[in-house]
Amino acid sequence: MEATHLLPEVTWVGVLIKTVIILAIISALAGFGTFIERKVLAFMQRRLGPMHVGPYGLLQIAADGIKLFTKEDIIPQNANKLIFMVAPLITAATAFIALGAVPVFPDFTVPDFIPFIGGTFVPSIASDLNIGILFVLGMMASGLYGPLLAGMSQANKWGIIGAARTAIQFLSYEVITALAILAPVMLVGSLSFVDFNMYQSGGVSSWLIWQQPVAFILFLIAGFAETNRTPFDLLEHEAEVVSGYATEYSGMRWGMFFIGEYANMITISVIAAIVFLGGYDASSSIGWLTIMLKIAFFFFLMLWVRAAWPHVRPDQLMWFCWKVLMPIAVLNVLITAIIVLL
Amino acid sequence: MFENFITSLMTVEGFAFYLFSFLTIGLFSVTVMSKNILYSMTSLAAAMVLVSGFFFLLGADFLGVIQIIVYVGAVIALYAFAMMFFDATRDIKEKNTNSFVVFLLGGMSALVLVLMFAAPIHSNDIQALYPMTEGVGNAQDVGMVLFTKYLVPFEVAAVMLLVAMIAGIILAGKKMNHSITENMEIDNDAKDEIMIQKDKE
Repeated sequence: MEATHLLPEVTWVGVLIKTVIILAIISALAGFGTFIERKVLAFMQRRLGPMHVGPYGLLQIAADGIKLFTKEDIIPQNANKLIFMVAPLITAATAFIALGAVPVFPDFTVPDFIPFIGGTFVPSIASDLNIGILFVLGMMASGLYGPLLAGMSQANKWGIIGAARTAIQFLSYEVITALAILAPVMLVGSLSFVDFNMYQSGGVSSWLIWQQPVAFILFLIAGFAETNRTPFDLLEHEAEVVSGYATEYSGMRWGMFFIGEYANMITISVIAAIVFLGGYDASSSIGWLTIMLKIAFFFFLMLWVRAAWPHVRPDQLMWFCWKVLMPIAVLNVLITAIIVLL
Repeated sequence: MFENFITSLMTVEGFAFYLFSFLTIGLFSVTVMSKNILYSMTSLAAAMVLVSGFFFLLGADFLGVIQIIVYVGAVIALYAFAMMFFDATRDIKEKNTNSFVVFLLGGMSALVLVLMFAAPIHSNDIQALYPMTEGVGNAQDVGMVLFTKYLVPFEVAAVMLLVAMIAGIILAGKKMNHSITENMEIDNDAKDEIMIQKDKE
């Protein structure tokens, strides 16, 4: 772990193993995330949450999983069947592709005693692009097609309203995400996650959150909107649009929307942790633990906000985006540019 | 010629290129041929993603990602938004009133296609006017060309987009401060107070 500067060569076997690890662990984390979410919400509301299945309700994950996998996959009669079936795949796939370009878990070498793949170096980033941040944002932007096509294909009024809300919300808040992250990018002068990590390697005082507090808050708010978290979860607001785009879905197809959403939450947490909170400390052996803690903190923050804040109205959402956040984001970029030039 | 095709298919780049080509052309034909809005739109978006694959193959990562963000993330999403005014699950009956236009457009497309396929005859003479700078990232390279050689077109495009944006705001924003769902007579400042009073009741 110490010799991070002398990394072994990345082979395609290593990348393949990494991909499988991401798929397996993040999918499982999505299930575990629901359990954590229900527990955290319950404790914040003075309830106990799931308690009946297993100790402290821990086996609730397995019960939910069995339910999801064995439930009948219903496709409405008047829906456009192909698009209806493909839409959840788009959400899940884009979420995982985005995770392919961020450093999620530590790099390691497969021990030699394992047959066939022993000695293979598994990198921390499946695909280390030098424009990583843009790629992740672009992939999350294309994730919009999942809800959009789902809503348009299902011939359901709630579905189409949900899809319309998705399109407005994602397109609007993408602008904020991009503008917010532009300011740190200008300071670092690179779009690579590794460069961001190196820029902030001088301890807590070198974290970009101290230089860019406004950008950090803007990014968090936009991140909540893009992952459909509570103050902005109007896409599937029960009281207004039943389940929005997911109204007609059941079983594993609904589960794929769900997994995609949780994977996106993790992606946003990873970006926030690396861009603003120093990322992983490459020089120390517990560096990977620190980034895990930061990611876990952001994940917890999303649950915390869900317990603490009510929904906003759709018009408030748009007003907030275009009349409050965007001017602040543009000003922030402008001021940063002037300071960088001076 | 056929041997060339086979040998280039054996390399990773060649295989990826032909894969992306066939998929892109296939998906764009679905866009044109299909009578269903959803099929057309989905295949258009998917083909735009695949077009970015060519940029990645050529080592232009930055342009590839920009292709995804601009076309997939924004342009076609706005198409999709416009398509919500129609019943997307029903097939469209196309009306073909003017066969001369069809003839003209078809002929011109054929001509462009012939020119495209004939272009490799001169490909040996092609030289990069602005070759990639060594040791500089993709984004920096694009920036350097954009802000030196192509500064004027860049600024003109920026002004055009600004004009379009202002026009859009003026067209859409005449009654932006009035909520459609609430009483139109209520003054905007008083609106929030009324909302609060409603809640108290």
